[in-house]
Amino acid sequence: MTSLILKRLGIGLITVLAVSLIIFFGTKILPGDAAQIRLGQSATPENVAAFRARLGLDKPYIVQYLIWLKNFLSGDLGTSLASDVPITDLIRDRYQNTVFVSVLTAAIGVPISLGLGIMAAMYPGTLYDRFLTLISVSLVAAPEFFTATLLVLFFVFVLDVGNAIVVGSTEGKGVFELIAHFALPITTLCFVIASQLIRMSRAAVLNVMSSPYIEMAILKGVSRKRIIFRHALLNAIGPIVNVVALNLAYLVTGVIVVEVYFGYNGLATLIVQGVQTRDYVLIQGLGMIFCLTYVILMLIADIAAYASNARLRHPK
Amino acid sequence: MRTSKKTEHYVAPFEGDVSFDELPDSEPIGRFRFSWSGWIGVTVVTFWVLIAIFGPMIAPLGENDLPFPDDYSEFQMPRPGAWLGTDESDRDVLSRLMYGAGRTIGISFAATVLAYFLGVIMGIGAAISTPRVDMIISRINDAFLSLPTIMLGLVVVAAVGSSIPVLILTAGAIYASVVFRLARALGQEIMVMDFVEAARVRGEGRWWIISREIWPNAAMPLMTDFGLRLIYVILFISSLSFLGLGVQPPQADWGSMVRENLGALSYGASVIPVLAPALAIATLTVAINLIVDDISAHSGGKLSKRL
Repeated sequence: MTSLILKRLGIGLITVLAVSLIIFFGTKILPGDAAQIRLGQSATPENVAAFRARLGLDKPYIVQYLIWLKNFLSGDLGTSLASDVPITDLIRDRYQNTVFVSVLTAAIGVPISLGLGIMAAMYPGTLYDRFLTLISVSLVAAPEFFTATLLVLFFVFVLDVGNAIVVGSTEGKGVFELIAHFALPITTLCFVIASQLIRMSRAAVLNVMSSPYIEMAILKGVSRKRIIFRHALLNAIGPIVNVVALNLAYLVTGVIVVEVYFGYNGLATLIVQGVQTRDYVLIQGLGMIFCLTYVILMLIADIAAYASNARLRHPK
Repeated sequence: MRTSKKTEHYVAPFEGDVSFDELPDSEPIGRFRFSWSGWIGVTVVTFWVLIAIFGPMIAPLGENDLPFPDDYSEFQMPRPGAWLGTDESDRDVLSRLMYGAGRTIGISFAATVLAYFLGVIMGIGAAISTPRVDMIISRINDAFLSLPTIMLGLVVVAAVGSSIPVLILTAGAIYASVVFRLARALGQEIMVMDFVEAARVRGEGRWWIISREIWPNAAMPLMTDFGLRLIYVILFISSLSFLGLGVQPPQADWGSMVRENLGALSYGASVIPVLAPALAIATLTVAINLIVDDISAHSGGKLSKRL
């Protein structure tokens, strides 16, 4: 077990290195010279050369990469090419909204979806189960902005509450005001993760339900509730944690789309801006942060899968 | 007892006295029928494919033409001349939707075909090569898989800019890594089966084994997976376009149409310019999903479990 997890952590570390290579060299093939972009067309060649030396762009790529990696690890993400502000400052101003929306989505969306999924697994084949499956099958394939549009139409035009596009500052607002402020993005993301979570948690519990010891419990005459909560659920925890971590990792795309859709400032809109202005320093820094989050969640998913599987824990 | 009898017959099937009913049972090849949800899927997909192909021919206007050149108000409600209203630049939403169909579906389909071309060749290639080569290819592939696809897309678009060929190549390359994994797993599963062993013992070449022994057995699961992959590619391309990093204006594409017209939601004007393209993508992907679900339920639901 420990050696398996250590091995997985090792693979995770190698993955992070590979990711940093992809991001660094991927942005290095950018046409145009960073120093030239920063100084503008009127700069003299001497100025550009001096500036290149200051940025370290005259060094070989591999040395640049190592310096960049060292800086990243020590928390220095460089200076934005577009706005001349340190990336860490840009992130400090923006991260709250992204973190707030993601954490609340997880806190609200995960328990509700799991509950619905487990309920569906308790009564498989019933009208409730089939209805839920139909809804989640439809939602799972729909793009985030479709869900968002439907919600906006519903909230703004049917219920006549909420604002379609989140505007105004969030400063000085309490937690509950913030929740109201971000109600639409959070609800959209909840729907996005719910569609997958309901399906997968239902499958995870049903999978356990078909094992022989459950059959044994049924034959012993154990009540349905007790079977689900004492026998099945405890063994389904591993797969469910796996499913939750996987879906939170997939949330990365959703967060980006939702931030652009509702037009509030966050890390995702920052990286999209970076792509539009070709600010590669910004893309490198933020890209690494997003990918790291993703890799860590995947790691948790895998470890949960190991931990829950007795056959993997005690290999022959 | 029964099994041993079977094996006996199977070992010497060419002795002459074995009829085909005595060969090992194989899955009965039942005629595949769609359920009602499958038929809905087929109908909707056919509809959109026809629009994608013939859209530019039957569209009432060009994608950047103005239906009411004298009237400068945006987001107009539907009326004769513009049956779905007008968008933020007073253009006809219906015509743009029809032009956009070809681009969204065409790019996604081309990218998925490319992903399959690369993924299947590499995957089956890795499955039949030496363990060392297999491990190297798989590790590199895992690194790509462990990145959020949208991030890879963002990095590529930042580096080389966005154009239709770039979109196809990027999406194709990104999703090839997923196909690679499936093709490799299938290849390995089939590689250890008796008939492949037999072919190898007969001294068949590598290409013969791939094309005649492995491919026919891997084709069906791969086809179903193709549908799923197509859904993800459509969502990927649409998301990139929605972020303003995919198909570039003034060309129409469903994802970018949603982005262009987001303003309609805050002005309280006609919301059709946002709703129509979003609904188009959703109906298309959900319809493909219905077909895939139907087919995988037919093949024992194995596929939906694996994904």
